[in-house]
Amino acid sequence: MRHKSLAEFGLPVELAEPHAPVVLFDKVCLAFDEKVILKNVTFSVRAGHTKIFLGASGAGKSTILKIMLGLLRPDSGTVWVLGHRVDEMTETQLMGVRHHMGMVFQEGALFDSFTVGENVGYKLYEETTQPLAEVRQRVEEVLGFVGLSEHIDKQPSELSGGQRRRVAIARAMAAKPTLLLYDEPTTGLDPITSITIDDEIIKLRDLEAVTSVIVTHQLRDAYYVATRSASRDANGELQIDAATETKVNEADFVMLKDGNIHFEGSADELRSSTDPYLQMFLS
Amino acid sequence: MTGSRQAWFIEWLKTALLEVQEYVKLCVAAARGTFSRPFYARDVMEQIDVIGLGSLTVVILTGFFTGAVLALQSGMTLDQFGARPFVGRLISASMIKELGPVLTALMLAGRVGSGIAAELGSMMVTEQISALRALGTDPIRKLVVPRVLAGVIMCPILTVISNAVGLTGGWLIALTQLRVPSGVYWSSVVEGLYIQDVWMGLIKPFFLGFVIVTIGCHVGLRTSGGTQGVGRATTNAVVAASVLVLIVDFFVTRLLISIFF
Repeated sequence: MRHKSLAEFGLPVELAEPHAPVVLFDKVCLAFDEKVILKNVTFSVRAGHTKIFLGASGAGKSTILKIMLGLLRPDSGTVWVLGHRVDEMTETQLMGVRHHMGMVFQEGALFDSFTVGENVGYKLYEETTQPLAEVRQRVEEVLGFVGLSEHIDKQPSELSGGQRRRVAIARAMAAKPTLLLYDEPTTGLDPITSITIDDEIIKLRDLEAVTSVIVTHQLRDAYYVATRSASRDANGELQIDAATETKVNEADFVMLKDGNIHFEGSADELRSSTDPYLQMFLS
Repeated sequence: MTGSRQAWFIEWLKTALLEVQEYVKLCVAAARGTFSRPFYARDVMEQIDVIGLGSLTVVILTGFFTGAVLALQSGMTLDQFGARPFVGRLISASMIKELGPVLTALMLAGRVGSGIAAELGSMMVTEQISALRALGTDPIRKLVVPRVLAGVIMCPILTVISNAVGLTGGWLIALTQLRVPSGVYWSSVVEGLYIQDVWMGLIKPFFLGFVIVTIGCHVGLRTSGGTQGVGRATTNAVVAASVLVLIVDFFVTRLLISIFF
């Protein structure tokens, strides 16, 4: 079990350098009234890597994503995202940082009055000056990426749970973010559909070089994402195979317990841990 | 006062003050969003359609039957003094100064206020509002500003329609039931009105429209607790908006009287 200190991450000055932390939490604390959610949480996420947060319900996993995105403000501590100190930015300033981020919400959070295509292209239609034809092209491209091209004109209510999550992933990736946050992307889905979602996460990470932060309590999916990699063969066919050791080590697991980081390490370290809480969680 | 009651009262007061503070913050943010970019003009037009055209039927029905029942009731009273021909004067004064604006606002509070609270409340509990923010959109500019502008524009227009239909309802009753000739009725309507009354009837709906829509948005955006929370928010929005319509009507009337008379 290793608990990193901020010194190991380097100072924020290094954030602009290649492979520097894309996200940096330093002694972040948050409480709602009497209930402590996060206590001195410190971690970093490096560019192109995957950080997987595990923990029981109410452990503060989703809260971490919301703090990264600036939807919640910590009581104390500092939060750096993509070189910006988001914990002290105004809502208007945060809009600039969010332009480079995407988030897949727990139930998809699709806009139910819009079609699938409008949902996916929302950010490009509303917040950019891109010509409509280009936006439409990008929407078709990302829907093709998640295998839902034929559903472009449907309403979200006409889709299955798994399809809605994939649309949510397509929406999050449409504006080509450098950091994608996934909040319980496979919760409530059957194992086969979960694998299709996991594959989308792997494809985005390996083919689009997107840094991923995943919150889940589905261990099977977490291991799957950490130990697989996506590539295209000579014919351009997509392949998802077992990842190399280097790639596996680029995925970091963090176990949260009672607002603290209880464990931080690789998939192998998590599997071989003898900690009773981890054992209970893994069993 | 016992200790527990005192603690309860302090807690209640704190909650009430927090609500007021959040409401004022929302109003300030909406005002700021109206005069700065980005401005979602298409959403404003959409809300004008939803709030304005969507409420037309209920406003016409309310106005018509209010005017008609006013004519019936006042006709009986005026008969006691032999003043039946003055029925138009009574209807125009009541409708244009008070009943038109207030009843239209109450109808809008029921239809529009509840609709906004339910829609935004559902968006809150399904994280669509968070998704909007995550996608770089300010929910105040995208959701609140268009609704506030549509409410402020459409409430006076709907009130004018309600007044016109109310006077027509009164005329039908005056003509068919009270046997008052059309010419007598309409000249009485005009004689009963002063320009100050018309201004009062036109200015008040701006304030009432603003209150209805901002309360709906405020309650909707503070919804929590799943579908049960949405139901609670809808009820709260209608109750708060209806009561506030009457309170604001009183204070704005008081203010306008001191200005015009």
